[in-house]
Amino acid sequence: MKVIKEKHPLLMRWTHWVNFPVLTIMIWSGMLIYWANDEYTITLFGHKFFSFFPEWFYRALKIPHRLSEGMAFHFLFMWFFALNGVFYILYSIISGEWRELVPKKNSFKEAWLVLLHDLHIIKTAPPQNKYNAAQRIAYTAIIVMGLGSLITGLAIYKPVQFYYLTWLCGGYHFARVLHFVLTLGYVFFFIIHIVQVILAGWNNFRSVISGFEVINEPAEIINETSIQPSTANGTESN
Amino acid sequence: MEPKATKEKKELTVEQQINRRNFISFTSFAVLAGSAFGGWRWLSNSPQETAGITAGAKAPLRRALNKTELIFRNFFSSNHLVKTYPKSRAAKHVRVNSDIGIEENKKFDPATWKLEIIKKGGEVLKITLDELKKLPKTELIYDFKCVEGWDQISHWAGVKFIDLIEHYHLGEYTQMQYVGMETPDKTYYVGIDMPSAVHPQTILAYEVNDKPLPWGNGAPLRLIIPVKYGIKNLKRIGTITFSNTRPRDYWAEQGYDYYSGL
Repeated sequence: MKVIKEKHPLLMRWTHWVNFPVLTIMIWSGMLIYWANDEYTITLFGHKFFSFFPEWFYRALKIPHRLSEGMAFHFLFMWFFALNGVFYILYSIISGEWRELVPKKNSFKEAWLVLLHDLHIIKTAPPQNKYNAAQRIAYTAIIVMGLGSLITGLAIYKPVQFYYLTWLCGGYHFARVLHFVLTLGYVFFFIIHIVQVILAGWNNFRSVISGFEVINEPAEIINETSIQPSTANGTESN
Repeated sequence: MEPKATKEKKELTVEQQINRRNFISFTSFAVLAGSAFGGWRWLSNSPQETAGITAGAKAPLRRALNKTELIFRNFFSSNHLVKTYPKSRAAKHVRVNSDIGIEENKKFDPATWKLEIIKKGGEVLKITLDELKKLPKTELIYDFKCVEGWDQISHWAGVKFIDLIEHYHLGEYTQMQYVGMETPDKTYYVGIDMPSAVHPQTILAYEVNDKPLPWGNGAPLRLIIPVKYGIKNLKRIGTITFSNTRPRDYWAEQGYDYYSGL
């Protein structure tokens, strides 16, 4: 029989879906700003493999000559980005949800097994609660990255008033590099995330909108588990 | 799961609960996504601000820039100093990024140049470069930051703006809100809020790398203000004014933030 299993609290869903368009706007307006001094490349042993960004890319996205516009958008939406992140972090701490999120001692070892399982190399995945070990690492990393974008952003936005942040980020020049690399990180995360969400299927996707998953449990098993609680679904192995 | 008979209303089956919750959450999601998209459309189609002291930005974005300025002004302190560097770190070739207001084909005679400070009632205080050089000289080696995103450590020397003010007994003018500076031909002009203008590292520079300013770096006298982007660092200062309202500002008329503080 079908059973409703609660998964994502409302505030998690809310901040997730607010963050998606806000971060998209931040990345877009960030590119309008970056264009004005687009100096970053991937250069190894004197050979330039890639330069951020190729001309066709700029033209396709209508990026050139929009620095002031980019700054105006960036410095408005930064407020939503930061506040949304603060809400999420505060909520996670107060509600105790962070326990489901941050990696545990064995998560790094387990994440490898999750990866092998996802690549169909091994058959069984380690037991999990809300997030598996790989998700714990990835989703915690993305929150830390968000905080990193906020700090490196402030370090280049007000390098004199927030000189200690600029110092923390290794100086003005390096803070700008970090701010850019973190953005590349979001794009990389986004690609993996989308692929995983598609592979995980509808039930999982719906839970980030409705908050719950539907689980099929044969009635007998439900009765059994009430007598022997340790056999069935996900007990934390620590 | 035994159905409870205490209520008249039948309890929903699991299937009904699922449908009900899906309906509520997906409808809310669609409404919120739709209004977010509507909000974005509104913002991207919003009209340009009415051209005045500032221009060239979408009206709501300009409002946001001005509000953000007010918030970040709270973090400003004249005790917050820009990081300084040893002389060896300073660039030998200081980047020349713009020649607006100092174009080479413009008539300009450095020999007859005088700094003009417009006082109340229209009285003009004229100061020669030699007179300026008699005031205490301040050197500053710091990372100059351009709004475009590049930065360069450069070595400047000149008179602190606050020293100039005190020497010429202009202290009462620092009670006003803004300082305006313009090139002699009045084609490039900046407005600086008073706290930034009297910041201890704001200097009127006449030297770069221990030599008199070359033409491209703003000879004979330029503004070096580390708490602002390069766009506010006016080259070839002609006149200085004081006011309680924002003086006109070249790049604020082109969609840039008026404050542009660092």
